[in-house]
Amino acid sequence: MSVVIVDYGSGNLHSAYKAFEKAAADAGMRVEVSSDAEVVRRADRVVLPGVGAFADCRHGLDSVPGMVEALEENVVRRGRPFLGICVGMQLLASRGLEHGVASGLGWIPGEVVAIEPQSPELKVPHMGWNTLAPHQEHALLRGIPTGDTGLHAYFVHSYHLKAADQSLVVATTDYGAELTAMVARDNIAGTQFHPEKSQKLGLALIANFLRWTP
Amino acid sequence: MLKCRVIPCLDVKDGRVVKGVNFVDLKDAGDPVESAIAYDAAGADELCFLDITASHENRGTILDVVRRTAEACFMPLTVGGGVRSTDDIRNLLLAGADKVSIMTAAVHNRDFVREAAEKFGSQCVVVAIDAKNVAPGRWEIFTHGGRKPTGIDAVEYAKEVTALGAGEILLTSMDRDGTRVGFDIDLTRSIADAVSVPLIASGGVGSLDHLVEGVRDGHATAVLAASIFHFGEFTIRAAKEHMQRAGLHVRMD
Repeated sequence: MSVVIVDYGSGNLHSAYKAFEKAAADAGMRVEVSSDAEVVRRADRVVLPGVGAFADCRHGLDSVPGMVEALEENVVRRGRPFLGICVGMQLLASRGLEHGVASGLGWIPGEVVAIEPQSPELKVPHMGWNTLAPHQEHALLRGIPTGDTGLHAYFVHSYHLKAADQSLVVATTDYGAELTAMVARDNIAGTQFHPEKSQKLGLALIANFLRWTP
Repeated sequence: MLKCRVIPCLDVKDGRVVKGVNFVDLKDAGDPVESAIAYDAAGADELCFLDITASHENRGTILDVVRRTAEACFMPLTVGGGVRSTDDIRNLLLAGADKVSIMTAAVHNRDFVREAAEKFGSQCVVVAIDAKNVAPGRWEIFTHGGRKPTGIDAVEYAKEVTALGAGEILLTSMDRDGTRVGFDIDLTRSIADAVSVPLIASGGVGSLDHLVEGVRDGHATAVLAASIFHFGEFTIRAAKEHMQRAGLHVRMD
């Protein structure tokens, strides 16, 4: 069983790697960070991280020869479990509106739009620990206490994915208004928060992802 | 609901914690990584390293500390001190820092903030502001540990750097730093209310009530403290329970 964390120049993958490695060791899996489209094409599970601006990340992904095609083939056609994190989740949308308009992968129809705070006390970025409000059950949240009294996830973002189809929204988080925290469709999932920085909740979600058989 | 954050800060010099962290059963109180692991387990919401390494040759030591911390702690990490170029930021982020705080370099060259935000995203650019009260209702930016005045108004500066792309402000009152009499609440509120980004209050914490005041009265979204945690006076848990009793929303996971 191999898990690949896609490296396309989008910042630090060290902590993501370490968090997945910790969970994978228990499951007897091998994790690697790779910028090689062939490795991504053959991986049993794929993780797409991402920090920074949407358009930059999209550009970074396009700059790796064959990477978008490898993702399409392995994830969309072959149905391998996929997890997008932060901007890696936002890239699932049809398009992003940060620093100009850029197209996403289009796997979760919708747009990535700026957070518009409802009051001046609500600062942007939405930064820190917030709880999840589940909209439906999902294997990745199995066994994780959610809701107001549940565990917290670590967020840091100024934009969020507005899904065109609400049935693909797994969880939201409350920041004056609802922000999309997690989306999923078939074998594809994405979290706006950082599981690799979310202590208990994050490590549990990663362990669930490694066991997930969509 | 978003919770207010409690952030312990460790001063690191030549790869070692200055003054040491005197709590739990640390085998090596001077090892920043061991302290980080202990704070992670204790429920700190983030961790901050301030690198005060003076000599150029030893500046790389912080990268090793950050790398080893990121391997062991699955919590957000901010690193500051001596960050002067986008290469410095890149190296810290690649080592495993989530956010990098810049201070003097931003005072001297405002454009550095814009460049950093454009390259790495606002979410990882923290601008640290050291401010001193110079007249009623007026605070000025100081550099060099509060010794060097700049003539720059702190509130105006905070607005300027956030417009340039800073994603967070780390505000330290140089009048209060080390005094243990509490945050400069007027300063904290003046800046928190003037900017649209989150603000971390720092400087002067001596009791748990001070943490409450920073959020409730100073409108900070996070509070940073060093000595009250390092010397075992209060645990992170005790701090959060106190804040919760005062009606603040904290994470107790």
